[in-house]
Amino acid sequence: MTEQGGVGGSAPRASTDPGGTEPGRPPFGKVIIQAIIQGNSVVVTVAAFAAAIVIGGLLIAFTDPVVLHAWSQFTAAPGNAFAQAWDSAAGAYAAMFEGAIINPHTVASALQYNSISAAFQTGSVSAIFDPLSETAVNATPLIFAGLSVALAFRAGLFNIGGTSQFIGGALLATWLGFGVPLPLVLHAIVVLIGAFAGGAAIGWVVGALKAWTGAHEVIVTIMLNYVMIYLLSWLLGTSAMQRPGRADLITPFIDGNAQLPHLAGPSLRINASFLIALAAAAGVWWLLQRSTIGFEFRSVGANPRAARTAGMSVTGSWVLVMTIAGGLAGLAASAVVQGTDHTLTFQSYGTYGIDAITVALLGRARPLGTVLAALLFGALHAGGVAMQGLTQTPVDIVTVIQALIVMFIAAPPLVRAMFRLRGARAAGPEQALAKGWNG
Amino acid sequence: MRQSVRAAAAISVLALLAAGCGTKSAAGGGGSSSPSPKSGASAFTACMVTDTGGIDDRSFNASSWQGVQQAEGNGITGKYLQSTSPSDYTPNINQFLGQKCGIIVTVGFLMGDATQTAAKGHPSQKFAIVDFTYPKPLKNVDALLFNTVQDGFLGGYLAAGMSKTHKVATFGGQKLPTVTIYMDGFWDGVQYYNAKHHTNVKVLGWNEKTQNGNFTGDFTNQSKGQQLTQTFISEGADIVFPVAGNVGLGAAKAVQQADQSGQNVNMLWVDTDGCVSAPQYCKYFISSVTKGIQTAVKTAVTAAHNGSFKGGNYVGTLTNGGVGLAPFHDFASKVPASLKAELNQVKTGIENGSIKTATKSPV
Repeated sequence: MTEQGGVGGSAPRASTDPGGTEPGRPPFGKVIIQAIIQGNSVVVTVAAFAAAIVIGGLLIAFTDPVVLHAWSQFTAAPGNAFAQAWDSAAGAYAAMFEGAIINPHTVASALQYNSISAAFQTGSVSAIFDPLSETAVNATPLIFAGLSVALAFRAGLFNIGGTSQFIGGALLATWLGFGVPLPLVLHAIVVLIGAFAGGAAIGWVVGALKAWTGAHEVIVTIMLNYVMIYLLSWLLGTSAMQRPGRADLITPFIDGNAQLPHLAGPSLRINASFLIALAAAAGVWWLLQRSTIGFEFRSVGANPRAARTAGMSVTGSWVLVMTIAGGLAGLAASAVVQGTDHTLTFQSYGTYGIDAITVALLGRARPLGTVLAALLFGALHAGGVAMQGLTQTPVDIVTVIQALIVMFIAAPPLVRAMFRLRGARAAGPEQALAKGWNG
Repeated sequence: MRQSVRAAAAISVLALLAAGCGTKSAAGGGGSSSPSPKSGASAFTACMVTDTGGIDDRSFNASSWQGVQQAEGNGITGKYLQSTSPSDYTPNINQFLGQKCGIIVTVGFLMGDATQTAAKGHPSQKFAIVDFTYPKPLKNVDALLFNTVQDGFLGGYLAAGMSKTHKVATFGGQKLPTVTIYMDGFWDGVQYYNAKHHTNVKVLGWNEKTQNGNFTGDFTNQSKGQQLTQTFISEGADIVFPVAGNVGLGAAKAVQQADQSGQNVNMLWVDTDGCVSAPQYCKYFISSVTKGIQTAVKTAVTAAHNGSFKGGNYVGTLTNGGVGLAPFHDFASKVPASLKAELNQVKTGIENGSIKTATKSPV
């Protein structure tokens, strides 16, 4: 994207700001998000990540009692104070790296065996790949949910309703998983379709309400989140969903036939859901870039009036894009229910719906970018477990780093000032909108 | 264009620096990540996995962690991992399985499945789980459950005896068995007081017979607790018993506001001694309906360390001190001696079985 960066960077603001005089100017929030997605180059994204890592490191170091103690004796031993701070942050990040990418100790212990087969049998080979497997497992639901937000955004809609669509998919998938006996392979496919359909139904409601009544999708999706959270709590307490013998809100396990197969043996949690997520990303890319429907989505997102004038059905696009986006968020539930947990509780929706917005923003609402952003967040989460487990650094620091990344992405002028970058890096049909906010 | 080239160069330098520190610290961090004992062969780590409430929930996670901390020393060290969603339970337990912990403590019934799977897959690893029991007890899991209907009963009796308006209220965070068991006990205690004193103290927020009542929906949103408590107070309740972890702090805020505007409203705290876990509101706490998670976890950890670990199910009761009312603190002089004596009689009655404490939640 950087090669597009120089376009019109130094043009005067007034002459490139038609949005200000246009009667159908989009609302301010949309302009900002457009600017975040269209106006940031890869360089800014990487710089934001680097800045977040540095600030996160300072936080790790200066919340560590050992470091604070060393700094309280700064005048006596200034070298020690810096060394302690460095050790604390570096140790935490090293543990994070070991938990998310590769741990040298597992490689070393695998190399101790004389033959490859012995190393395989003792499980030390799979131990080498455990961090990467954990990263992929943590990323999978975020890929689906991130794609959901990204796709809706390309058609000009904010999908804040990842949570409700996740729950819709989870409820239908789990019920099909434990309640309907089916043979191997077929059962998993039926449950997968169920997850998509459950999420799509909720997404359709949002799209239909917007198309037919003009209800704003942000309000509707946020409200539906509450509706679905309470529906989930209620349904899990009914005899139809509650696991026999349990008084808390948890469903029976889904059938073995309905579970998605592990990709690399039972000791690694990575499962077929990760491949489905990558396929979904490819599918969304094809839909947006190569299909007529996708062209309509993008046209509606860029300028609904022009799209209508060109003979496209704006309302039809809204309904269809929200249905597909809802289905994608529903597939995130499949990753959790069919892939890892194999059961559903009243808390299973986690924070996927909210994290998905961050992932889509970081991925600049593009399928590949969303996959990479989800992998980054998956790696941070997987690494966070190791970091806390080994160094007792609070896992909340991961949330802080994620928030900092997004904050820096969302404040490109700040990042540009910090790293002496100049000019809006806008490109594509939304250039004018991006300029409107970016200057 | 030149600008962006310069920027790219700066970024790559940064990346190189980061890569450099990565390899360096990976070697340096090796010492901390290898599970080899640092101080002699007797190093014993008690590893705790919290549920989504987090380590500072002023409720069962915090109590369990205090139990681990109390067991520290004499070769025992404690560490914990925080779960942010139910999908974290398995990887968090796996993380500790890889670290050769002396005992793995999991907190909350939601971790029942994950703990069972891990315990069956690693029969030589010792576990303890808080707030859960297995129908078939596992040999390597100490399952700790607390019959809080018993001290909830005492709390209800105390509240009924202290109420001037003859209306008391309770509410929960979510309709879960570990929550409603307290509310069942509270309801029963009030009914027992009514039967004994021929009064008609009403319970707002819960009905044991219909198993319906008020819940805020989670254990974190304090403003919902405050709102609900204000409603109860405006309906005439003068003693409130929140069973909702941190949400109870919202209830305490509402009680404080009512007190400052001249109303006489007080409350009961839950799980831990409120005058210790939320001392700023101590003057409104008549007492606290506690469960001895701390002691039970501490016992499990030390047992695993000194070899007396047995596994199986443990139920905390009034008799074994696993549950009970906390001291009255500021109310020591305000609770009438006759009521204190009656509470002791009720306690004896529950212990010897002459007073039945029914609940629909499993014990």
